[in-house]
Amino acid sequence: MWDYSEKVKEHFYHPKNAGAVAGANATGDVGSLSCGDALRLTLRVDPETDTILDAGFQTFGCGSAIASSSALTEIIKGMTLDEALQVSNQDIADYLDGLPPEKMHCSVMGREALQAAVADYRGETWQDDHEEGELICKCFAVDAVMIENTIRANGLKTVEQVTHYTKAGGGCSSCHEGIEEILARVLAEQGEVFDPTAPPPLPAATGLSPLQRIRRIEAAIESIRPQLQRDGGNVELVDVTDTAVYVNMTGACSGCQMAALTLNGIQQRIMEELGQFIRVQPASALQKTAAASGG
Amino acid sequence: MQPIYLDNNATTRVDDEVVEAMLPFFTEQFGNPSSMHSFGDRVGRALKQARVQVQKLLGAGHDSEIIFTSCGTESDSTAILSALRTQPERKEIITTVVEHPAVLTLCKQLEKDGYTVHYLEVDSRGRLDLAAYRELLTERVAVVSVMWANNETGTVFPVEYMAELAHAAGIPFHTDAVQAVGKMPIHLQDSKIDMLSLSGHKLHAPKGIGVLYLRRGVRYRPLLRGGHQERGRRAGTENCASIVALGKAAELAMTHMEYENTFVAAMRDRLEQGILAAVPHCFVTGDPEHRLPNTTNIAFEYIEGEAILMLLNKQGIAASSGSACTSGSLEPSHVMRAMDIPYTAAHGSTRFSLSRYNTMEEIERVVAAVPDIVARLRKLSPYWNGNGPVDEPEKAFAPTYA
Repeated sequence: MWDYSEKVKEHFYHPKNAGAVAGANATGDVGSLSCGDALRLTLRVDPETDTILDAGFQTFGCGSAIASSSALTEIIKGMTLDEALQVSNQDIADYLDGLPPEKMHCSVMGREALQAAVADYRGETWQDDHEEGELICKCFAVDAVMIENTIRANGLKTVEQVTHYTKAGGGCSSCHEGIEEILARVLAEQGEVFDPTAPPPLPAATGLSPLQRIRRIEAAIESIRPQLQRDGGNVELVDVTDTAVYVNMTGACSGCQMAALTLNGIQQRIMEELGQFIRVQPASALQKTAAASGG
Repeated sequence: MQPIYLDNNATTRVDDEVVEAMLPFFTEQFGNPSSMHSFGDRVGRALKQARVQVQKLLGAGHDSEIIFTSCGTESDSTAILSALRTQPERKEIITTVVEHPAVLTLCKQLEKDGYTVHYLEVDSRGRLDLAAYRELLTERVAVVSVMWANNETGTVFPVEYMAELAHAAGIPFHTDAVQAVGKMPIHLQDSKIDMLSLSGHKLHAPKGIGVLYLRRGVRYRPLLRGGHQERGRRAGTENCASIVALGKAAELAMTHMEYENTFVAAMRDRLEQGILAAVPHCFVTGDPEHRLPNTTNIAFEYIEGEAILMLLNKQGIAASSGSACTSGSLEPSHVMRAMDIPYTAAHGSTRFSLSRYNTMEEIERVVAAVPDIVARLRKLSPYWNGNGPVDEPEKAFAPTYA
């Protein structure tokens, strides 16, 4: 069963703004019937101010597709169109307290419906540039099409390179067989043979100097801090090693039952920033390590 | 509210009598059956009895034709790979498009290794094209592997007849029977089936135990080599407690066979007819005339299966779906696609699979719950307008990258 957040369940069981908006003057139809997720977004926009007065959704899709649609309409109501276009799929996912990696495409569909509706309102044609393949890397939610395109565009030859360019395979490494298969197929088309023993080229992400690395970790934490502060909490960076980042959870976050979940969220963000697997642990773990090595 | 479990094709509750039979084999009967002392001897005798119990359920000629494995998937892989190894000059395999991933994924991998795999197609009711099958039976084929009953629709395939044809052409025949064993009478000794896979947890035994039936005299190469367990045909210390459990479960399945095919079938029929009568725009998939007694698969048009399951689950009802979302894949079930069920219905296909533990009261509760759930999701659907689908649904809502 999917690990849906309470927020996702709430928006699925009690969706907001279901149905078409009366007097709508913008419609966006997006999705894929083969995938089983499709969404019609209708908006009523004030022509004077370009403000979204009302938004409604009709969705053919799973629990998280319906929840993402509901969240999208709640987020954008009252925004101007330009403000609404700034809403990213990550914003939709964050609003729902996260989505499983297999379900991130539901939030992407929400953002695209919005773009399509705005284009419809402005009399433009919306072009979808999004093509989705089979999910290969579950740690970083990277699909086959993305991997294949990146291999072609950059002439990649090894699994390590694919990891550096797309992050795919940089976590648990279970998907390396899948990445090798894509490499073998693309290289074969180019008359080359995939060589699993080829020496790894100089890695991009691990080429960071220690200071650059810490700056990136800090930037990742900064991007999450406002969310924690909204809930009355905060996070403090304590130490960084080659494989781990140690933090203190403060305010409402300290002792919160959700602390482990929050640490996971921070870990995910830092891994994305560094393109490498790293463990985020409470600073108390650092003291234990020190005590163990000292004793 | 007592939960209602209608997902018995996924797995079943272990029967209380089965648990009782297996428990001593964790504690006082902990010996290794290969050992030369009384601890081992008693366990060895229990395994022998379990082998006979499974032999009887399968109607096999000899108890030595029963090889205990870890699961249905292991049995499938062992059977198919054995046939390939014993006939290295044969490079073709015949199977069907609607097999379980245990066979299908293996076949896809074998294609990468240079084998040619023929996938028999099905019609809109899930029936195999036997004329096409006959054409493919050549001396290039190493093995035919066809499931006895389909896990999603319950459709039963004529494997005994297909085995006769394969036998006449000199080709070994394997059947993945994990859904059929225990639900319908089987008499392997009167058939030409050479190998058969079964899985304990589909018939009220625990997970982690399976069987490969291997007809006496069929050429064979083990998947796992090592000790002399299972007469050297499947090395590794026996999962004794679970083997005893499977033996007991096989015996109980024989006892309940008639109940399964009368009362369980009647509950399934009531469920199906109740839903079809109360819900517009839904239909049964597969071949109802040749079907397992416990399974119905109903496609609810214009809504998606995971959403249906979540709302059912909220009322304590457990079922399963062929939608893409429930498995995290990009396509609805390959079985629904093979029958050419349109996307708008395939994603809403919902499987209810019963067992002897269900009651008619439970079925009535499900019949009462389903119409509201479907109506509620249709209210959210862009294909639905008021009391029916929009006119020309596929044109009225044609999203950008459909």
